[in-house]
Amino acid sequence: MTDEAALEQTRKAIQKWKKKRGSLIMALHEIQGIYGYVPWDHAKVVAEEMGVALARIYEVLTFYNFFKLESPGKYIISVCDGTACHIKGGASVIDAFAKHLNINPGETTPDRLFHMQIVRCLGCCGLAPVVVVNGKTYGKVSPADVPSIIDEWKKKEAL
Amino acid sequence: MDELTPEMKEKLKKLYATQRENLVKMKEEFLVKKDSYIASIYTCNSTGCHSGGAENVIDAFKESLEIYGLQDKVRMVSTGCMGLCAHGPLARVEIKGQKPFLYKAVDGMLARLIVAEHLLPALKALKEGKAENFEVNAFLKQRELSLDLPFFTKQKKVVLKNLGHSDPEDFGEYLATGGYQAFIKALDTMTPKEVRDVIRESGLRGRGGGGFPTAKKWDLLAAATGDEKFVICNGDEGDPGAYMDACILGGGAHSVLEGMMIEAYATGATHGWFYVRAEYPLAIERVEQALKQAKKYGLLGKNILGTDFSFMAELRYGAGAFVCGEETALMESLEGKRGTPHPRPPYPTEKGLFGKPSAINNVETLANVPVIIREGAKFFNSVGTETSKGTKVFALTGKVKHSGLVEVPMGMSVSEIVNDIGGGTSSGKPFKAVQTGGPSGGVIPANKLDMPICYEELKKIGSMMGSGGMIVMDQDDSMVEIAKFYLSFTVDESCGKCAPCRIGGYQMLELMKKIARGDGKEDDIQELIEIGSVMKKASLCALGQTAPNPVLSTLRFFREEYEALLKKDDDEEEGCQAALPKKTDKEESKEKPECATCSGCGR
Repeated sequence: MTDEAALEQTRKAIQKWKKKRGSLIMALHEIQGIYGYVPWDHAKVVAEEMGVALARIYEVLTFYNFFKLESPGKYIISVCDGTACHIKGGASVIDAFAKHLNINPGETTPDRLFHMQIVRCLGCCGLAPVVVVNGKTYGKVSPADVPSIIDEWKKKEAL
Repeated sequence: MDELTPEMKEKLKKLYATQRENLVKMKEEFLVKKDSYIASIYTCNSTGCHSGGAENVIDAFKESLEIYGLQDKVRMVSTGCMGLCAHGPLARVEIKGQKPFLYKAVDGMLARLIVAEHLLPALKALKEGKAENFEVNAFLKQRELSLDLPFFTKQKKVVLKNLGHSDPEDFGEYLATGGYQAFIKALDTMTPKEVRDVIRESGLRGRGGGGFPTAKKWDLLAAATGDEKFVICNGDEGDPGAYMDACILGGGAHSVLEGMMIEAYATGATHGWFYVRAEYPLAIERVEQALKQAKKYGLLGKNILGTDFSFMAELRYGAGAFVCGEETALMESLEGKRGTPHPRPPYPTEKGLFGKPSAINNVETLANVPVIIREGAKFFNSVGTETSKGTKVFALTGKVKHSGLVEVPMGMSVSEIVNDIGGGTSSGKPFKAVQTGGPSGGVIPANKLDMPICYEELKKIGSMMGSGGMIVMDQDDSMVEIAKFYLSFTVDESCGKCAPCRIGGYQMLELMKKIARGDGKEDDIQELIEIGSVMKKASLCALGQTAPNPVLSTLRFFREEYEALLKKDDDEEEGCQAALPKKTDKEESKEKPECATCSGCGR
């Protein structure tokens, strides 16, 4: 998709929120839903279309954990560090991913294949510690399982 | 409606009458349809079981039913949370004339076996009139989860009643279980004040944490004047390790919507807002669906069912900010801004969302409302303690055997919840403490197991009800570590607006880190207490006011764990040996392991 077409897509996506009061966050959700993050050019479109200062949009984007300003990579690994996962060893799973991918939480691998993020409670505490990769859930994960999870997605990529 | 011509009025009257008839018709149609099935398979598809592969299970059931040509005779239902998340995915087989049978850890293979070796022979027995003698075979019995477990028998389900027993997407089924009867009853037979009086009599208090009397809040909103008034449903469940609201909304948002509509009628509110965490896609989907269905059947809009009452509601997402669970911050977020709280007064009921009078209620609070109006205040307040009425939903997690979503009468003892319902610790090791109220709460130590769960008792020991997270910890868990974990969460989530929370939280966390790595001094403990008490008094909102609780509470009951970590002058740099799992010879290195602050070595 060309840049212009993408911007047009954004313009269309936020139409339904334009007239509703207080809907800036919803418009940004709409954009992140399409691209996986909120590209800066698109934030500018929101500013123009909705008549909101760009500074305010930046303020909102950086305040909320959910929004990303950079492309997070192809496979997003969410490691839960909610309380239940934490006391069952969630932190060691985070460390294992950090070690095997050689990135810190919140970072993306240089090949932009994997992005690792820490999340707080995915609502399935019975399976703690929990890891979710692009919507697929892994329950009762131990650090020893980490290499095989990464390999599984690498293999998928190679296909 | 004054400007309408008589013909139009007549037309409208007919429309409203049809709308009412439709509701009755849908309910009856559902009941007839349900009755036409000889058996039902209920599969839990709530967050826990869904993550465990419930979709595969449902597909396997459907496929097998089709193979045997049973798809029209057996009802397949994908339900909301059945509760025992630790053993999911769960599936319950109900055959006419036989006791319901619950399966644990179901996968595609087991689903096919259940159809072939349980359902088929059982239906055959039913046909031959021998249904009572039917026994499930020994192999399948191994996967049975007894419905006689205290986990099921000791709970009292009011809010969660229909969750594991109905199809959350079937509007007819909601109507058939008494849905919207309360709303229609209020609309047709009660004045707004009467509705508020019933809620007052019931003793319902906010389930989001603070425990503010619901009727009092509604009275304040009713007394406020303005062209617009708002009711807001707080579904920004941010406590890590708590997922009650996700399940209540995901298991059918109609009960919450109905509660909101009753609140709006009782307070004269014109518009409602659902604020739901973006991390809960299922809850979002169900709220959207409920709003759509309610609009379609005339329960939302102008002059609802021909009365003078008009009300509309819409959905907004959160975006991952714990502080937005605080009501003034939530409203800022609903306005599309950063979620920073502001001082009260003015209270939201005077000047709230967009400057209009607003009342914010928690998901679970609203889900209780239809039951109270339908069944009466007595039904509700006959359960519970003197000051805490009704039931409370908890997410019982951590190191507990039967981890899951439970609903218990207020006043039940901690021991009954953890040991009877929860089945004790999952590790079999001695129980140490249970944390309630998440990052805003504190611990209940083992010697207080007899304590009844209610707002006042929890407050007395320095914890709080919170939204309903209940984390069980065994003797391996370090209280210093858990307090540090919660504190780092609140420091992370502090919005930074007020200094006590922003600076105090950071300094407390630094002290906690210092103590945890073994560099702490006796004075540091005193300083933690001092900073903590200032934060409690001086912070702007509940996040900062309650952030020190996990530290202060663990200091109160487990001070010796802190003291054991303090640096002694004659400390040798030994490094911790007790905390880490035993290494194999291969892994053995000369490197001294860092102290993991488990206190296992007795330091």
